[in-house]
Amino acid sequence: MKYDLVIVRFGEIVIKGRNRNRFETMLLTQIRMALKSMPALEFVRSYARVYIRLNGESYEQVAKRLKDIFGIMSFSPVIGAELDLEAIRESSLNLIRGLKTPPATFKVSVNRGWKQFPHNSVEMNHLVGSHVLRNTPDLKVNVRTPDVELKIDIQRDNAYIYCEVEKGAGGFPLGMNGKAMLLLSGGIDSPVAGWMAMRKGLKIEAVHFHSYPFTSEQAKEKVVTLAKRLAYYGGKIKLHLVPFTEIQTKLAQSGHDNLIITLMRRCMLRITERLAEQNGALAIVTGDSLGQVASQTLGSMNVIGRVSSLPMLRPLVMMDKQDIIEHAEKIDTYKTSILPYEDCCTLFVPKSPAINPNLNIVERAEAYMGSELDRLIDEAVQGTEVVVLKEDGITDSAEQSQKEDAWF
Amino acid sequence: MAEPVFGPFIMIHSEWSTVMKTYYFDHCASSPMLPRVVETMTELMKLQYANASALHRSGVEAMKLADRARSSVAERMGALPQEVVFTSGGTESNNLAIKGAVNKAARTIKHVIVSEVEHASVYECARQLEAEGVQLTVLPVDESGRVDPNDVARAIKKETVLVSVMHVNNETGTIQPIREIGEIVAGHPHVKFHVDGVQAIGKVPIDWKRWGVHLYTGSAHKFGGPKGAGFLLVKDGVELKPLFGGGNQEQGLRSGTLNVPAIVSMSQALRLTMESQNERRQRMYAMKRRLQDIVAKIPEFVVNGIPTDAVDPETLAAPHVVNISYPGMRPEVMIHMLETQGILVSTQSACSSKTLQPSRVLLAMGHNAERASGSLRISFGDEHGMEDIEILGERLVQVVSSLKTLERNMK
Repeated sequence: MKYDLVIVRFGEIVIKGRNRNRFETMLLTQIRMALKSMPALEFVRSYARVYIRLNGESYEQVAKRLKDIFGIMSFSPVIGAELDLEAIRESSLNLIRGLKTPPATFKVSVNRGWKQFPHNSVEMNHLVGSHVLRNTPDLKVNVRTPDVELKIDIQRDNAYIYCEVEKGAGGFPLGMNGKAMLLLSGGIDSPVAGWMAMRKGLKIEAVHFHSYPFTSEQAKEKVVTLAKRLAYYGGKIKLHLVPFTEIQTKLAQSGHDNLIITLMRRCMLRITERLAEQNGALAIVTGDSLGQVASQTLGSMNVIGRVSSLPMLRPLVMMDKQDIIEHAEKIDTYKTSILPYEDCCTLFVPKSPAINPNLNIVERAEAYMGSELDRLIDEAVQGTEVVVLKEDGITDSAEQSQKEDAWF
Repeated sequence: MAEPVFGPFIMIHSEWSTVMKTYYFDHCASSPMLPRVVETMTELMKLQYANASALHRSGVEAMKLADRARSSVAERMGALPQEVVFTSGGTESNNLAIKGAVNKAARTIKHVIVSEVEHASVYECARQLEAEGVQLTVLPVDESGRVDPNDVARAIKKETVLVSVMHVNNETGTIQPIREIGEIVAGHPHVKFHVDGVQAIGKVPIDWKRWGVHLYTGSAHKFGGPKGAGFLLVKDGVELKPLFGGGNQEQGLRSGTLNVPAIVSMSQALRLTMESQNERRQRMYAMKRRLQDIVAKIPEFVVNGIPTDAVDPETLAAPHVVNISYPGMRPEVMIHMLETQGILVSTQSACSSKTLQPSRVLLAMGHNAERASGSLRISFGDEHGMEDIEILGERLVQVVSSLKTLERNMK
């Protein structure tokens, strides 16, 4: 089926009162950016929706990209027909016949926007409906719960006909709700948490802690790959690579084996909070899921979360592991996440980590390390390496990638 | 110090090679590396010496390059990156495909089908398996060298595990009906379909997956890449038993340190070859038609393979190879005489030519020993234009006329 137009419907931003206009502009810009590889497309903005004229570009390509843009509620492929009864009837029939799963029931809804059209909408319902019925065996009318609703919009220039409605990603346009730091470990959960945060309109900067030489170069590469995948959804991702080796070895020698995870996570949050401050982020997003591991029990969350005064956003907190895995597969991060490289969280894992750490003991252990710990945290923040990742490559080492490009 | 002493042969050899331009018409045997690919390979050999399986930075970098090459090869060949297995070349890919599929199959009686015109790396591989107890059917071909898909349908039985038919024949350029065979194989889920595409890449359109092919072989040095690099496309879900035990590289299918410079160079050569495929096909088909016209005027020669007057020669034969016979003439005499004229051609497959036996391929096409022994394979590349074909034609005429007088003594 060759389509002429795509109707893109916006989601919740429609109800955002006086800011609506700004958010819609934001979303339109993001749609244009995502589709910039198809220069023939034309964009026409209307109330709470955008019309994309395909001008010969493939609808499937456009749809594939639109599905991953946040803030879009749904979209429909549309064919245009001349303002002529026969043309509209033929196009309608073709559209129904072209559906991948032939519907059992349908109804027609005509909107006659251009009142000079000789048949009114009630007549049109009948004229088009009967034509489709006659020519499609086994198809019946059901005006209450039809499988397919054939919509015909008669405008001054053309009649627009469609019946498919594809679901969009929903949520808010990226960045509409400000910025947050995402703790990106390399596991299955944190990329999903990042995706969910982005879907809700948060711009994300990722923070990864590495303990080279205890963790490998591959573990870092893996995080870069994950961040690049998130960049597909978020346009560009800043990845902060925090050197964590010294803190981790220090904590490992503190003598509190069962608390080491708790102490580590508290240090991570302290560092992340500092990075958030430097980068204007107002929240910390984590992939915590209640009860999944020792550091994600309610007791642990309490003791760990206390070091940060920023809101802790835990999109996965009430989700089951299996659901998270399915989600990771859907956003295409799962196969990277399961690559078997150790990250810093799996290092020095004690045999029996505290699942209900005592805040007093934790605070005392930290006090015992005193200014030494503060110094190490300072150093980690200062030693943090920042790379800006795009979907298709690292931007800040353009020279290297240009050299590489010459080889391919 | 004494002057270096050269034997008379070497003197002559070095003399003419500096004086006379060489016309290399043996691209089916191996093609010159593309200049840009030589540059890439040289740079990479200097820079990328680390083992791609190593844990350190250099190793990771090497693996990244190999993976980028993998994606690039996948894109050009219509495959997924995980479907590309890098090997040392065509022979290894063919052996991996055939032995890998047969040895993986869990049944006691196994049956394999190949054609009579396969390259030695398929044919002899199948013969090896036969010696180990695998049942083998060798399919005949018609006079133009094509397998009849109906023969495949008739040969398949419940013990069959693999059908292997090449895409483009390396001696005659004949294109096999891969899609038709693929359709037949698709009706037998227990049978895998391997296609040796070594001579096809960059010369004829390839849509292996849609044709129902499970395994597809490619070799870098046939399309301007380095020797010692090739690939096997293994369709998702198809299982093979590896040939080598070792470090389990390439998803466990091919142990051995990745030859990163060669792999990257191969991917670049493949890209350049694919981008110029349409232009090449047009140019080479015109050259081929011209050469066939010239040969048609030399009564001593007969054309082997798809006849010049076939209805749609371009769907039946690849553009880059012409095979002719001077029945009764010993081919090495012609090859050496052409060589003194600066023209380098082969008789049959380079891999079999030293044996000086009649060509198995031409015999299978029903030609007699005289014709099958006296064949010349002329295969051209990107450096050739129409003017080179004219020169080749002139020299063929000269060689034939000077041999003609000796014909009786030579036969």
